Amino acid sequence: MSNEAVLHGHPEVVTTHEVHHDEHHVHHHKETFITKYVFSQDHKMIAKQFLITGMTWAIIGGLMSVLFRLQLGYPDQTFPWLEDILGRWAKGGKITAENYYALVTMHGTVLVFFVLTGGLSGTFANFLIPLQCGARDMASPFMNMLSYWFFFGGSVVMLSSLFIQTGPFSGGWTAYPPLSALGDASPGSKTGMDLWITAMAMFVISSLLGGLNYISTVLNLRTKGMSMTRLPLTIWALFFTAVLGVLSFPVLLSGFILLLFDRHAGTSFYLSDIYINGVGALPNEGGSAILFQHLFWFLGHPEVYIILLPAMGMASEILSVNARKPIFGYMAMVGSLFAITILAFLVWAHHMFVTGLNPFLGSVFVLLTLLIAVPSAIKVFNWLTTIWKANIRFTPGMLFALGFVSLFISGGLTGIFLGNSTLDIHLHDTYFVIAHFHIVMGVSAFFGMFAGIYHWFPKMYGRYLNSTMAYVHFWVTLIGAYLIFWPMHYEGLAGMPRRYLDYSIWESFKQFSDLNKFISTVAMIVFAVQLMFVFNFFYSIFKGRKVTTQNPWGSTTLEWTAPIRPGHGNWPGEIPEVHRWAYDYSKDGRDFIPQTEPINPNESKH
Amino acid sequence: MEIVSTQRQKIHPHKFTLWIAIASIIMMFAGLTSAYIVKGSLPGWSTVEMPKIFYYSTGVMLISSLTIQVALKSFKERSMQQYRRLITLTAILGFLFITFQIIGFRQLAHSGVQLSGGSGAGQFLYIIFGLHALHVLGGAIALLVMFIRAFSTRIRNYNAVPVEVVSTYWHFVDLLWIYLFVFFLLK
Ligand code: HEM
Ligand SMILES: [Cu+2]
Repeated sequence: MSNEAVLHGHPEVVTTHEVHHDEHHVHHHKETFITKYVFSQDHKMIAKQFLITGMTWAIIGGLMSVLFRLQLGYPDQTFPWLEDILGRWAKGGKITAENYYALVTMHGTVLVFFVLTGGLSGTFANFLIPLQCGARDMASPFMNMLSYWFFFGGSVVMLSSLFIQTGPFSGGWTAYPPLSALGDASPGSKTGMDLWITAMAMFVISSLLGGLNYISTVLNLRTKGMSMTRLPLTIWALFFTAVLGVLSFPVLLSGFILLLFDRHAGTSFYLSDIYINGVGALPNEGGSAILFQHLFWFLGHPEVYIILLPAMGMASEILSVNARKPIFGYMAMVGSLFAITILAFLVWAHHMFVTGLNPFLGSVFVLLTLLIAVPSAIKVFNWLTTIWKANIRFTPGMLFALGFVSLFISGGLTGIFLGNSTLDIHLHDTYFVIAHFHIVMGVSAFFGMFAGIYHWFPKMYGRYLNSTMAYVHFWVTLIGAYLIFWPMHYEGLAGMPRRYLDYSIWESFKQFSDLNKFISTVAMIVFAVQLMFVFNFFYSIFKGRKVTTQNPWGSTTLEWTAPIRPGHGNWPGEIPEVHRWAYDYSKDGRDFIPQTEPINPNESKH
Repeated sequence: MEIVSTQRQKIHPHKFTLWIAIASIIMMFAGLTSAYIVKGSLPGWSTVEMPKIFYYSTGVMLISSLTIQVALKSFKERSMQQYRRLITLTAILGFLFITFQIIGFRQLAHSGVQLSGGSGAGQFLYIIFGLHALHVLGGAIALLVMFIRAFSTRIRNYNAVPVEVVSTYWHFVDLLWIYLFVFFLLK
């Protein structure tokens, strides 16, 4: 099926028509406000919808962290204004225990799924796959639209759970039973949890619809000459991300289905021997809470790479463009992405070392977990070699890509501590884990996302973001992130557990009270700077400096051969043909050679 | 021109998307059946006696796979009369299958296997077979859509892709059923 047919969505006529498509004119169907901005089937608009929804969630989720950091930093103080905004959830100006748990749970859920999965993959897979592969749109624009609207619907349901009487779910983002399975277990386990599951189920459907489309677009709708090994690394990364999602999210769904039956049909897949204060002993026998952990982490670990791979791909691309050097070890980069994808399915039990896992099995998972360090190290090595002795252009996108590499190294190293089951007995469920995953996944994926936004904003909106604000944004966020999360490693090594309301009652953790204040203060500053970024984003959409050249960064890839503001269909004429890989920078005395330029017989090999 | 012709060599994107969706569905059932295995080795497990009617539903499923295959063949040979008759038959068999499953559930419930309280083979059976039946229902609905299209005089088309997509899916739910059925028989 040709790209034209995809765009116009009349598969029935394809058999008779496609042969005649010599000249590729993009018909402009009459577009109304609704079809253009709301129920759009244009991948570029859908990308923007994902981005802005994701940003909204990021603000909400970030604000939640500011609120609970207030409690953690200043456990002995009261803030009357909190009662004004949160009402009975902050009686007397102090966040209640239930609300604290609800806030951390929602913070985790929202950032992991709605921001760094939906917002990140949703935005960049949609935006870049057709543009960089040379396709007019996704394989199925309609499914693509559905994917966004399921995401939106899930968002609405999740958001609504914040406003119900018993509050949102509060048992942690991993939703372990029994807190997630028994309505009587806590206020958040009642309606809040039903809304949580509903929202998550919609989210999973959205991811699956999106992922199916991304995979089949990458494999089937590349333009002429765009062999797989000529694809930019962004596309490879987004492709593997989609593969991970399509194969792991359904397992989470199975876990949720069993959970739903435990909640509402009285089965006991996850429940056994439970006594609830005020309710008494429950009849449930024979269930296993560990079973849920297996099902959850079988998704959960691939999920962390679903978050990270797009950031890796974008960083590779942006580093190469701004170093004006070809990416070092292209095939090794693809190979390591592949290795990470495979290994991601084989390490889930490293989250379960202290659940009574058979020690022999544990040692197998230690080995597999530490194996991930190999492809990760290959990638780091190749990024560093790419920028080695380069004439770097420090654009905001480039800075964030460099920040990404720094954070990935720092956070990856602490993963090696955690991956050893014996060390993990001490470190599990402490602030060390919090520090590890915030640096390696949270902040570094955010950096990849920021890099992508700064780099592709000109393509999305035809304007630039303001650079001064961008530089402030970068430096404050980078330094702030290290100041927030680095000290948490020490707290964790000292045994400070995660998910407690008040550490000041522990003699051994009183030493950290000043440190906690410090962390909270920095967190607020960093949050404020993110708001500045949001301002920059919306301000620049309307008032930013206009893009005047088609290829402002001097990139080789296809998206920059499209008009500055591409219409639906991306290229007004024929889709350009590709003759070379995506990384011909500083070659044969030329700054860069676009992918569309035929190979010159006298050209040197890369 | 050439862009089109190179892309025509490849598998149609809709068929391809179906294959990935199938992989996704397989993962879901793999998750459930491995949960069954894990759970089965824990104390307090109870087994279940499979009602006889599930053998009949297996037969129905197998026959329906046959009918849809012949339907596809007749579509390609443009014998539309036969094609329509066969997809109608397949859809009916699909609904028959679902009816048999419901009867099977009823019989199980009568023999005392309840959802509430337990977490043994019986409870897994309800959920796994139930989810499978939902997938069959999805296929049957797709068949109904094809059926309406085949009778509509407005659209005349001889594009085999939708028929191929549905028939592949149908064979898949058939195979999935065989797997699940044998899984529960052996366990
Ligand atoms: C060399 C690589 C890595 C190793 C060996 C590693 C190892 C581990 C281990 C063993 C844990 C469990 C700690 C515990 O709960 O006691 C863990 C937690 C975690 N890791 Fe990593 N990790 C690595 C890289 C990453 C990456 C790249 C990401 C994300 C992109 C990531 C995200 C997470 C998350 C989100 C958690 C905590 C989840 C939770 O309990 O809430 N890790 N890591
Ligand atoms: Cu993990």
